[in-house]
Amino acid sequence: MHNYLFLIPALPFAGFLILALAGRRLSKTTVALVGAGSVGLSALLTMIMAIEFIGSQGETFTQTLWTWMKVGGFSASISFTLDALSLVMLFVITFVGFLIHIYSTEFMQNDEGYSRFFAYMNLFVGSMLTLVLADNLLLLYLGWEGVGLCSYLLIGFWYKDPANGAAARKAFIVTRIGDTSMAIGLFLLYANLGTLHIQELMHRASAEWQIGSPLALAAAALLLGGAVGKSAQLPLQTWLPDAMAGPTPVSALIHAATMVTAGVYLIARTHVLFTLAPIVQTAVAVIGAATLLLAGFSALTQKDIKRVLAYSTISQIGYMFLALGVGAWSAAMFHFMTHAFFKALLFLGAGVVILAQHEEHDMFKMGGLRKRLPIVFWTFLLGSASLSALPLVTAGFYSKDLILWQAWSSPTGGLWLWLAGLLGAFITSLYTFRMVFVTFFGKEKIALSMKPGRRMVLPLIVLALLSIVGGFVELPETLGNLPLFSSFMSGVFPASSEHAAGTMEQLLQIVASLVAVSGIGFAYILYIRKPAFTEKFAAARPVEALRRFWLSGWGFDSLYDALFVKPFISIARIIKHDPIDSGYDGIVTMNTALHRVLSKTQTGSIRWYAAGIAIGVVVFLGIVIILS
Amino acid sequence: MMATVPMEHGLILAALIFALGFVGVLVRRNIVFMLMSIEIMLNAVGIAFVVAGARWGQPDGQIMFIFILTMAAAEVSVGLALVIQLYHNLKTLDADAANSMKG
Repeated sequence: MHNYLFLIPALPFAGFLILALAGRRLSKTTVALVGAGSVGLSALLTMIMAIEFIGSQGETFTQTLWTWMKVGGFSASISFTLDALSLVMLFVITFVGFLIHIYSTEFMQNDEGYSRFFAYMNLFVGSMLTLVLADNLLLLYLGWEGVGLCSYLLIGFWYKDPANGAAARKAFIVTRIGDTSMAIGLFLLYANLGTLHIQELMHRASAEWQIGSPLALAAAALLLGGAVGKSAQLPLQTWLPDAMAGPTPVSALIHAATMVTAGVYLIARTHVLFTLAPIVQTAVAVIGAATLLLAGFSALTQKDIKRVLAYSTISQIGYMFLALGVGAWSAAMFHFMTHAFFKALLFLGAGVVILAQHEEHDMFKMGGLRKRLPIVFWTFLLGSASLSALPLVTAGFYSKDLILWQAWSSPTGGLWLWLAGLLGAFITSLYTFRMVFVTFFGKEKIALSMKPGRRMVLPLIVLALLSIVGGFVELPETLGNLPLFSSFMSGVFPASSEHAAGTMEQLLQIVASLVAVSGIGFAYILYIRKPAFTEKFAAARPVEALRRFWLSGWGFDSLYDALFVKPFISIARIIKHDPIDSGYDGIVTMNTALHRVLSKTQTGSIRWYAAGIAIGVVVFLGIVIILS
Repeated sequence: MMATVPMEHGLILAALIFALGFVGVLVRRNIVFMLMSIEIMLNAVGIAFVVAGARWGQPDGQIMFIFILTMAAAEVSVGLALVIQLYHNLKTLDADAANSMKG
């Protein structure tokens, strides 16, 4: 069965080809069957592979299809590697992707670009699968650029509105900055270690480079640059909130569950490099902690329900970076998995809400949807509970708790990182339940325009289940001690730090749980009990100024505008008129003027010419006589 | 020995005649007179050659004059043909009227 590994990415690519070439002539049912079916088959194959993989005691399997290029001593092959890390990624991409595809068949039903949408989505899934299966960094980079392209195409899916096109370009250009850094990192790795094959590269790196050697630092920092761009972390986070211009299933699949976590995957995949560069690894943790706080505060003030979720995604990826930074590799992947479940669920729920409220994005114009959309409400509530890490029962609790514990106990972690994570947890539950209370409680403001059908509700229910039970694969020592996930990952990652005193862990868990619950309680007081007080508080001048600042995402957009965009445009304006050419233009002007003067002497009168010749002769004879 | 004319006198004469002919070319507008002035200039050059030949007792100067004479005959035939064409086209002999080829 292993030999069919290539089919997992090949099926969505085939779906893309069919839809791209013949999509216009196919009926909507066929398009939906091809689009969702190809991903569904991939999911099925992944399932079979997973069973076999676990059966074979986690043996890494590599399938080489053909040699991609061979130039001199360099060769890259199209080959896929299956190990625990890529299997988890595969599972999330194909399963969550399949559910989102099913949802999309109904969500996009009345869109004229139906087949175009599924073609892009399939291309995305194929590229993303290539990215996670690649056994060399060059193939990984191909997938990396592929998902970037699909992200661009799908953000600008409704291209008739220029604002969507602008958002797509912004996402493309900002992530390109990170991609460039990553490409330079690949050059550096190849120039110094002579290979791009990931396993080989990690071996050579740890054999040839000392811990903290400048080359290791540079390589890790450049790869981090790529990860930061793709995963929308500080300082390249500005593109993700704008990326919400795309259709909601796109936000769920690309900008929450899969593509934006490619950076996390990259760092986890090359974790050997990062352990060789402790300074860069600390930078990963600090970037993660700073991003999760910054994005959390911004999420608190957003009114657009999708932008709340976008900032929340940035913040949750910040948690994953924090985990990577303290060496809790499998905790990061665990949070990636649970986050994919509950964030995809929340986005899909928000998509239903937006459709049912006449394309209204502002939560404060909605309200009272609890009774109107009961299934959406309950699933959304479960997703929110998981996002807020409601203790014991939700998946988000187990993954976030693991990260917080490791941030505290890891030798590279510490009190400050833990405190940042804890504060982030409080903000998370506050903004999450602000969203729930404002959207689903209170008075009904807009009449319902549609009811979600079966194909939309089913993915919600499945994802809601996964957001609850997805956490039980890794129970901490204090609560059942069932480390299934981390032992599954142990073939890829070095064992994380020894578990210290159980009582300390218990204490921290209780603190974290209290913080999460108090965030929910706080939101309840602010938005259900005393909304009048909240409004008055928000209207006070200093609070209002702060709110505006956070609403604009800490002013990063205007900062970059002033620092990069405006100078660039003014330079472009100067360059437009070719300043260097003006020197040559001067020569041309001089010649033209001289020509005009000289052509005046050509009068056509023969006597004038004769006189000219005579004067010339006299002058030259004079010169000759004087000189001799 | 015969009293010889000093060379300077001959050259001054040639220069005077050349200058007269040149002034004629410049001031005359009638193209026939301009041609005649050019003939005068050619003859002035001829005198200069003959004088120089006499000075060094060489025949070259007189041979050059014969050349100039033949050349002048050819030149006049071409020139007169041009004059006839000019008159034919412009109905005038004014050289300044033929000034359409300018800058």
